[in-house]
Amino acid sequence: MGEFKMKNEKIILGIETSCDETAVAIVKNGTEILSDVVASQIESHKRFGGVVPEIASRHHVEQMTMVLEEAVEEANVEWKDIDAIAVTEGPGLVGALLVGVNAAKALAFAKKKPLVGVQHIAGHIYANRFEQEFTFPLLALIVSGGHTELVLMKEHGEFELLGETLDDAAGEAYDKVARMLELPYPGGPEVDRLAALGKETIDFPRAWLDEGSYDFSFSGLKSAVINKIHNAKQRGETLKKEDIAASFQASVIEVLTTKTLRAAKEKNVKQVIVAGGVAANRGLRTEMQVQFDEAGIPLLIPPLNLCTDNAAMIAAAGTIAFEQGKRDGLDLNANPSLELI
Amino acid sequence: MNVLVIDTSNHVLGVAIMKNDQVIGQIMTNLTKNHSVRLMPAINQLMAEVGMDVEELDQIAVAKGPGSYTGVRIGLTTAKTLAWALGVPIVGVSSLEALSYQGRFFDGFVCPFFDARRGLVYTGVYEWKSGQLTNPVQDQNTLFVNVLKDLQAEGKPVLFLSPDIASFKELIMETLGDLAVMPEGPYHITNPAHLGLASLTRNPDNIHTLAPNYLRLAEAEANWLKNQKEKKSNG
Ligand SMILES: [Zn+2]
Repeated sequence: MGEFKMKNEKIILGIETSCDETAVAIVKNGTEILSDVVASQIESHKRFGGVVPEIASRHHVEQMTMVLEEAVEEANVEWKDIDAIAVTEGPGLVGALLVGVNAAKALAFAKKKPLVGVQHIAGHIYANRFEQEFTFPLLALIVSGGHTELVLMKEHGEFELLGETLDDAAGEAYDKVARMLELPYPGGPEVDRLAALGKETIDFPRAWLDEGSYDFSFSGLKSAVINKIHNAKQRGETLKKEDIAASFQASVIEVLTTKTLRAAKEKNVKQVIVAGGVAANRGLRTEMQVQFDEAGIPLLIPPLNLCTDNAAMIAAAGTIAFEQGKRDGLDLNANPSLELI
Repeated sequence: MNVLVIDTSNHVLGVAIMKNDQVIGQIMTNLTKNHSVRLMPAINQLMAEVGMDVEELDQIAVAKGPGSYTGVRIGLTTAKTLAWALGVPIVGVSSLEALSYQGRFFDGFVCPFFDARRGLVYTGVYEWKSGQLTNPVQDQNTLFVNVLKDLQAEGKPVLFLSPDIASFKELIMETLGDLAVMPEGPYHITNPAHLGLASLTRNPDNIHTLAPNYLRLAEAEANWLKNQKEKKSNG
């Protein structure tokens, strides 16, 4: 006996290969995960200190059908009950995206299913819908290795960009600081771990930018950290790695939290969600929770496994797009710089 | 047996539908255009034109490289996913072997090759013996001059087949002179039906483990291995 499908239910198969995770998931109604399989490549990129695009693409093509098979078996659904194939079309690494897009097209063709291209960041936002139904207007803070954005949503599938990073993404700053501190890859979680052990002994800058701006900037902070480490070295001083991490993280978190809170109040939102890989950061989660509890605004942060790249979130965002009538043709291509709006 | 043939491993985009060893239809272009955008629409169009439903396919044949990394992945991802979704066998064929079918009636060595940059080529040596294709030198990524010298030592005529023939004509003539045979344009590109024919000579591959045959490590990996070696030798 497979999963029993009701008449109005939508079951979507999602595929995600924008970076270094080969992922396939099957989701019911955009809110219930039937299967969520992720083949991570972290181990193969570790020795290079970062994701190597060509190697990521090679792994994707080797993993794809296996991950597909596992996801379909685990979901225990019949093909006739799957309504559409959703796939990340961008942004991301072009060679990596191409594997997912071409697999999705072949699958849609072979199984005669509609094809729906999904924007990756929309996916991150929709990862939250597995936790709780959205109430609009809502504000989403997307923080990852490639993104730092504040997005206002007045209804499903509609995105308004309030602010974004003018230079580095928050996650990128984390990676660079981790490299300066000679931490193992991936660096972000390591910085977070060390920060919890250290004290904010160094007063690093906060980039507030123009008054009222919802944009972000992390390159100044990154340079300040680099200079601090450099100068200390020259003077023969030793700084505790834990304290550098704590001080750096305090700056990032204060800026992210303050701007998000201000936007939430100004736009009178009913819900705030945090999405993207950096949403897994414990320091950020804790501080956000404290601030938003105090302000009395409901905050939603997905569990750790849904913060990082996965295909359930692509299927979830794809469900809305599918319901709103979005269809893509067999000429769908990967778009490495696809914007949310 | 209905076979769908897919080749996007180099500039040529080739799709063919065959009934055993008979070609029912094919689409082939030799353009610098996006394979990712055009492959599935080409398959769709050809299936419609020959009036075949996707469920009537019995086997998928695909060029597994060498060639353009991205191109090979587009073809293989599409072919593997189709085979898995339809529950039909898949057969991967060397892109060089498929090209060597253009020398089916040549008496001597057939040397298909693709430019791999920096003086290197992806090449192998093939030979047709009483209608059977043999492969005396396996596909490899190598300096072309080395292969040419070996071929010269054999003293037999050699048919060179390559979409990149123009850039290597001089080098070939210098080394092999009268032994070298270089035909006209159309012989230098792979006919998808030839790939289909080659696929009929072998057993299916495992859908999950069939992988591109790049013949070359990713650059980052090669550099990493080199560094490891240096570290070791420096003690
Ligand atoms: Zn992501």
